[in-house]
Amino acid sequence: MDFMGMWQKRLQIVVLLGFLVSCWFAACRSGSATFTNGKKLPETVSYTYDIRPILSDKCFACHGPDENKREAGLRLDVAEEAFKALKENPSAHALVAGKPELSQLYLRISTTDSTKLMPPVESNLRLSSEEIALLEKWIKQGANYEKHWAFVPPKRPTLPKVADESRAINEIDFFVQAKLEEKGLKPNQEADRERLLKRVSLDLTGLPPTVELMDRFLADNSPKAYEKVVDELLNNPAYGERMAVHWLDVARYADSHGYQDDGYRTQWPWRDWVIHAFNKNYSYKKFVTWQLAGDLLPNAAKEQLLATGFNRNHKITEEGGVIQEEYRLSYVTDRSDLFGKALLGVTMECAHCHDHKYDPFSQKEYYQLFAFFNNVQEVGIESVIGGPETYAKKPLMEISDEDIQSVLRFVNKPDTNRLIVSVMGDLDSTRKTHVLLRGVYDAPGEEVQPGTPKAILPFSPRYPKNRLGLSQWLFDPQNPLTARVFVNQIWQEFFGRGLVKTSGDFGMQGDLPTHPALLDWLSVDFMENQWNIKRLVKQLVMSATYRQSAVVSEQQLKKDPENIYLSRSSRYHIDAEHIKDLVMASSGLLVRTIGGPSVKPYQPPGLWEGATSGRGLLSIYVQDHGSRLYRRGMYTLIKRTVPPPVMSIFDASNRDLCEVKRLKTNTPLQALVMMNDPAVLEASRVLAARLLQEKSTDKEKIVQAFRRIVCRKPTDKETEILDAFYQKQLQTMTETAAQKALSVGEYPLPEKLNSRQVAALMRVISTLYNLEETITRT
Amino acid sequence: MEKEILEHGFSFNRRRFLSTMSLGLGSVALGSLLMPDLFKNTGDDDPLSAGIPHFAPKAKRVIYLFQNGAPSQQELFDYKPKLREMVGQEIPPSVRGTQRLTGMTANQESFPLVGSFVDFKQYGQAGAWISDLLPYTSKIVDDLCIVRSMYTEAINHDPALTFLQTGSQQGNRPSMGSWLSYGLGNENKNLPNFTVLLSRGVGNGQGVYSKLWSNGFLDSVHQGVQFSKGEDPVLYLRDPEGMNRHERRDMLDQLAELNDLSYKEFGDPEIAAKVKQYEMAYRMQTAVPEVMDLSKESDAIIKLYGPDCLVPGTFAANCLLARKLSENGVRFVQLYHQGWDQHGNLPFEITKQAMDVDQASAALVTDLKQRGLLDETLVIWGGEFGRTSYTQGKLTPENYGRDHHPRCFTIWMAGGGIKPGMVYGETDELGYNIAKNPVHVHDFQATVLHQLGLNHEKLTFKHLGRRYRLTDISGKVVRDIIS
Repeated sequence: MDFMGMWQKRLQIVVLLGFLVSCWFAACRSGSATFTNGKKLPETVSYTYDIRPILSDKCFACHGPDENKREAGLRLDVAEEAFKALKENPSAHALVAGKPELSQLYLRISTTDSTKLMPPVESNLRLSSEEIALLEKWIKQGANYEKHWAFVPPKRPTLPKVADESRAINEIDFFVQAKLEEKGLKPNQEADRERLLKRVSLDLTGLPPTVELMDRFLADNSPKAYEKVVDELLNNPAYGERMAVHWLDVARYADSHGYQDDGYRTQWPWRDWVIHAFNKNYSYKKFVTWQLAGDLLPNAAKEQLLATGFNRNHKITEEGGVIQEEYRLSYVTDRSDLFGKALLGVTMECAHCHDHKYDPFSQKEYYQLFAFFNNVQEVGIESVIGGPETYAKKPLMEISDEDIQSVLRFVNKPDTNRLIVSVMGDLDSTRKTHVLLRGVYDAPGEEVQPGTPKAILPFSPRYPKNRLGLSQWLFDPQNPLTARVFVNQIWQEFFGRGLVKTSGDFGMQGDLPTHPALLDWLSVDFMENQWNIKRLVKQLVMSATYRQSAVVSEQQLKKDPENIYLSRSSRYHIDAEHIKDLVMASSGLLVRTIGGPSVKPYQPPGLWEGATSGRGLLSIYVQDHGSRLYRRGMYTLIKRTVPPPVMSIFDASNRDLCEVKRLKTNTPLQALVMMNDPAVLEASRVLAARLLQEKSTDKEKIVQAFRRIVCRKPTDKETEILDAFYQKQLQTMTETAAQKALSVGEYPLPEKLNSRQVAALMRVISTLYNLEETITRT
Repeated sequence: MEKEILEHGFSFNRRRFLSTMSLGLGSVALGSLLMPDLFKNTGDDDPLSAGIPHFAPKAKRVIYLFQNGAPSQQELFDYKPKLREMVGQEIPPSVRGTQRLTGMTANQESFPLVGSFVDFKQYGQAGAWISDLLPYTSKIVDDLCIVRSMYTEAINHDPALTFLQTGSQQGNRPSMGSWLSYGLGNENKNLPNFTVLLSRGVGNGQGVYSKLWSNGFLDSVHQGVQFSKGEDPVLYLRDPEGMNRHERRDMLDQLAELNDLSYKEFGDPEIAAKVKQYEMAYRMQTAVPEVMDLSKESDAIIKLYGPDCLVPGTFAANCLLARKLSENGVRFVQLYHQGWDQHGNLPFEITKQAMDVDQASAALVTDLKQRGLLDETLVIWGGEFGRTSYTQGKLTPENYGRDHHPRCFTIWMAGGGIKPGMVYGETDELGYNIAKNPVHVHDFQATVLHQLGLNHEKLTFKHLGRRYRLTDISGKVVRDIIS
């Protein structure tokens, strides 16, 4: 069929669909309030859960907080405004409590007159019949407004009553069970021990369990067996590394400056500090306060100063010819946006150019927050790409060898070269902050003083007007967001999805919490226990909810395809860094050094060279050798403009800007990596050689490889398939093919091994690395 | 009909797809392969939101010949005899205005005008002025729409490139190719939908960045896939040494059998989807080398593109490859040719740069036309901004340079329903400001999407509370250049 012909056919489908949709609409309008999707209108319509999401998504852009874009003077996000007589027609009202037929809001969304219809046709937005019916019912019931849930400080709720308490281990399970009962779902049984161990080991350390740990756990019949393993993993230094991976995304940590020539920077000592802080279990309050304002603490120690590298991880230009002030302000913007997104879970950045369109943040408030970060002794461009003196930008700190031996022992400095790190440091005087009209650097408006958004929590006069005061405000017990946002991020890291799915947006446009009471309970509990991170993590992994099996029945899939209600454990691929960790650890190649300068393992040739201007240390990829090839994935050097390809393919952040959540995708390029990446092939070869040096039968070798890689014993059927595959490879493998196969990677091959055997077993092992289950958290 | 849709893979909408769900798991996985966003609810249940054009498209595919570094319009397309007359004279303040300058020339004491060192002639029915540096391009002007009134907001390479490609200067947003992949799905499920080819000339170069072909917040299936010269045209495509295709097939069969056991145990549809991804990877391993193989191209074609087209990694080879990829249904082929940043030594460098790209760019248009593909393929040629009418650095009779200039630059488009044989927009007689029909970057982006059948205001993705567009919050389709 020719192109246009096909188009016409497709148009017919669309027309037909349109017809079906209108029939559906008509049916809904005339019938009772049950919709074809099976949904019924709730008995009592809730502003927070039913109405505000509709208003926010479809109405607030023109009838919301943004004063400059407000149409007809009508504001619907604030009750007293919405009930006022309309400016354009004072005898009419947008909302008349109890009377939809007199409420212009209802009349305008339900009219058939397209010139009157709201939202306007040209907005490309429209309300579904269900949404219209909800609004109608809400008005009938009195059109009651509620304050946005996330801006009301959490209170500890009582545990809900549940019919079946038998499965509950800790408080989390009561909240989850209550929701499951409400939805008519039953939780899964506890996962089998091997899978549970793999899950908790990957989640707590980013590493697969060792065979030794597997055996020990399987043999331990005490009721405390699981808890013992959890404690052991929490005390493993790998815990700090695993927790750091998420924080490095938040802090947009990288090893290059990020613009154009994209020169090298030495910010890795800050990364070493993050690992250290998690392992030392610094409270979240201390962890964040030091990062925001370590330099402003009384008698700030070097460690506290190093922590402030957090706010200097952003991109810094080295492109000659830029305008100083434009870039300096962009760094301040980056910090302010990060503060909003990562620590407050709100999209402050939307108020950079205008009042926020959905949330109650004015542009002025944005620049008040901005003012806290606007006093740094920095310039837009300090130097163009060059030598070691450009690896950090002022303000910076020097880390001496003496520091390494005393106060900064955790910094893994491998040589005696000068080591500098970009950190925070304010001017002695105060730089004036202005609202920037349209967000443009050279259009200053009204001058503002440091402050915080009133809708969240006004800035108390007892706090100093600097970053230290801002941290105090952040950890004020009345701040409604700080604990919730962090607890939610941690929940996301351990369950695959936050209780608030949009972990960077708790505002009007964000998703509502699926388990609001649970989120509040955990947040209050977290605050009352001194913001203790390890305690929170342990709470999550000890719950029955966490320990469930990942088996999904057809009914569960149908009722809850996204596993919102947690009737099972979610399955998803582990983080890019941990995929490398798993490959390295299971093959025995992993080098367990913590921290230090980032490394350059195998990478396909030409990626940096093809994309560079030719300037700077990072213009040519000089691959490392020896132990530096086998470090954990998190130590791979990140050059922002050309990030490590395997990392990008497996959804890692490119560290351009703050990220609080990674996508989880499934693509053919991921398959190509697992099949053909020399790092995976080398690991297969090394493990094959290792197993062939052991005195064991073929089947035992296969079982051993399976346990190391998949982290459980194979079933008989699996062993049979793999053994048959191995025998076939042995028969067909030629000496030449074997020699070629074994040539991959730099790790030496032991002598006196039969190369055909190694190559054949290598193929079996490579197959194991490609199993879906291997890199999946199950 | 069903079969044709599958074959063309021209994506079908979510509603239609769901009606085939009853075919079972296999079809779910297949569906997600063809159009992965079917399951990604964009927030509104609009059946036209993604996966099907909003209206009848003129073009099905795009080839973007990006001239990285910003070619000087004064030496290529924008004929300004007045600049030659006024050579050495200071640019009048009334022309220069209060516009910001880059840090490279902001401290220059004087801003002497400089005319083109090269001559221009008129070509084609529209009498378009083309410089002598582009002899091949001058022969195809009747197929081109030359837009001399493009302008942008950024004055440095990184933000300007990022702005043109993603609609935002800051990065972290999906590239144009990702948006098209998201909006239209793919035609060929054995090749990546958005491919990237790099080359470099001898001129002063600026880097390119893989963030330019990032999927941003879209599914990573929409990420641009870089094809490179050498044995592994797509990263990790090649099977390991010592393994033949039968053995790979055998390994995948074992893998499928084992994964199936896992599926039986867990019932997770993602497992089946994974198996399908491996199958697609396997097909790509054959399809990509096939499409990369230029040995079957006729002598006439080799002659058309020039001898460089047989040298992998050159602009000419990439142009020929772009035609092949596009012909095979790749939605968006993005080329970058580096080396156009002539701050100094302009006459020498731009001559070399023009020689690198002139013949092959023209050949691509001619080749597509003779294959009947030009109507449905939009070809775009241009850089990220323009260059100043005054010199940067010292002006000598033989040598000068030009700084970055966001206020006007020239691009051309061909095919894909754009009016051929047209010159659109004008700059003032000193080539410094736009005199007529300005085209903002967002206007250009809106026009490209429009030609593909997409309304730039409707092609949105809701992310962190906001519906994002390629064109951010502005942009209008340039109706004047659409046939």
